[in-house]
Amino acid sequence: MRPLALFQTLAIAAFATGLPGILPAQSTGPLRIEITEGVIEPMPFAVPAFVAEDSGARALVEDITAVVVADLVGSGIFREIPRNAHISGISNFDSPVQFSDWKAVNAQALITGAVSLKANGQIAVKFRLFDVFAQAPLGEGLQFAGQRDDWRRMAHKVADAVYSRLTGESGYFDSRVVFVSETGPKDARRKRLAIMDYDGANVRNLTDDNAIVLAPRFSPDGQSVLYTSYETGMPRVFQLDLATMRRHAFDEQPGMTFAPRYSPDGRTVLMSLSEDGNTDIYSADLAGGSRVRLTSAPSIETAPSYAPDGRQIVFESDRGGSQQLYIMPAGGGEARRISFGAGRYGTPVWSPRGDLIAFTKIYNGRFHIGVMRIDGSEERLLTASFLDEAPTWSPNGRVLMFFRETRGVNGAPSLYSVDITGRNLKRVPTPGYASDPSWSGLLR
Amino acid sequence: MTLRLAAILISGALVLAGCAGAPNDNMRNTGSDNTGVYQQDSPEFFVHQVGDRVHFAVDQSTLSAEAMSILDAQAAWLGQNGEFSALIEGHADEQGTREYNLALGARRAAAAKDYLVSKGVAGGRLRTISYGKERPIEICSTEDCWSRNRRAVTVVSAGSS
Repeated sequence: MRPLALFQTLAIAAFATGLPGILPAQSTGPLRIEITEGVIEPMPFAVPAFVAEDSGARALVEDITAVVVADLVGSGIFREIPRNAHISGISNFDSPVQFSDWKAVNAQALITGAVSLKANGQIAVKFRLFDVFAQAPLGEGLQFAGQRDDWRRMAHKVADAVYSRLTGESGYFDSRVVFVSETGPKDARRKRLAIMDYDGANVRNLTDDNAIVLAPRFSPDGQSVLYTSYETGMPRVFQLDLATMRRHAFDEQPGMTFAPRYSPDGRTVLMSLSEDGNTDIYSADLAGGSRVRLTSAPSIETAPSYAPDGRQIVFESDRGGSQQLYIMPAGGGEARRISFGAGRYGTPVWSPRGDLIAFTKIYNGRFHIGVMRIDGSEERLLTASFLDEAPTWSPNGRVLMFFRETRGVNGAPSLYSVDITGRNLKRVPTPGYASDPSWSGLLR
Repeated sequence: MTLRLAAILISGALVLAGCAGAPNDNMRNTGSDNTGVYQQDSPEFFVHQVGDRVHFAVDQSTLSAEAMSILDAQAAWLGQNGEFSALIEGHADEQGTREYNLALGARRAAAAKDYLVSKGVAGGRLRTISYGKERPIEICSTEDCWSRNRRAVTVVSAGSS
């Protein structure tokens, strides 16, 4: 990932064109889709092809429009009114909108956009969002500018802005995923780190496959990745700088280190260290490297994850006889168990909103991805299969990505995502087998 | 360090490939090792005659009586062949999460090492590593395969480990 120039986010001059008709009273409130309890009836929207404002932009408008549509439809809470049903199109970004044409095709939201190619090779993508029934814009128009190669990011930015205005929550489309790309037969699997856009586009390998690599984790700023590699012969936590592609073993202590995770401020790393067969959790200062032991029990303590405020850590332990979830203060100390259902619980991850813990549950020979509140109440299982594992949160805490491995001699993993409501389960396309996803925050 | 370790892994892989699915008695009559006779002080003897691996119950790292008898034989061989050191690999089946299985494999490798030490093998000759569920030798998804993947494998090599 090369460093990007920040997108300019410009408010377009106030909506200047005259609106036909009279705005209805605000009694119904702004157009809004409520996603808290899961959406059963997706909101219909229309996106006429974005306008190419010069010949250089012509090659991009269809692709950009398609990514905006794919993001919104892929969220499961919006439904596109297909273009062949449209009565009119948009030929000029600043012309008045014929709301009756969009109301007639039952579009509740209308997105118009335009793309221009600047002299310096940058492109600008601007859009407006309208409430069709209110016949009014929803928020101001916005413009995003960037390198031509980053056109997908600009499309994701448009979709994030639309999602945010219609749901009242931040979006998740302009984000990336690091994961383990796998090749080869089940008993000689080769693994390497790879990175891609959240929707599977722009896949790029980050390491070779000469050594086993496991479970990458994004830093909060998205600039580096922690992971476990066998390249020295022993499992060892490494840090990879995505800008320079330089990597280094994070900790030179004897023993095995694995299961790393950044603190929310990016300054501290949690990891597991196995010595003489006993696995405990440590924190280490990224700057100074000083290491603090947070657990010291003869049981397995691993898979730690910070609360978003950095004050507590959820982890898994078999101290009670089987693999279960616990929460302890960030500095170590007394832990309280939060998982009490039948079966085993692992891979806990604290949600970015702070209210939920996502986990893997193993029960009766089946694997599930689930969520529970941080006191362990309201457990909900979202998936079930032979092997579902390793949830990672979308930047807005609405979606979980995980991997699903099929059973048998040809068993292999793929990435999936599911809403925390349990709806909208779908495969995330990758070129080959894929496991251990880690979702970044929203890019800037 | 890296080179030597790679050599160990490759020889291990060859041995495993030769073993796959075939009992030792049959295997000795096929392939390049068709004499069925190994030098007593060779890694091949250790693998085929002594027994290089022990198996574990689901989610357990305690040694069964059968496992202890195999480790007794390993300890005796290591006692007679002082120039060898060993890397003990702990493994888990696929029915667990990745990090937990790494920790479980570490526990299994340590259980085998501790037993060997209790039988007089110097701890400095023994190292452990866990592969968790990363290196199955059997790939079906039934208990028959899983039981053979839940293992601690003692990989001997001449020289210090």
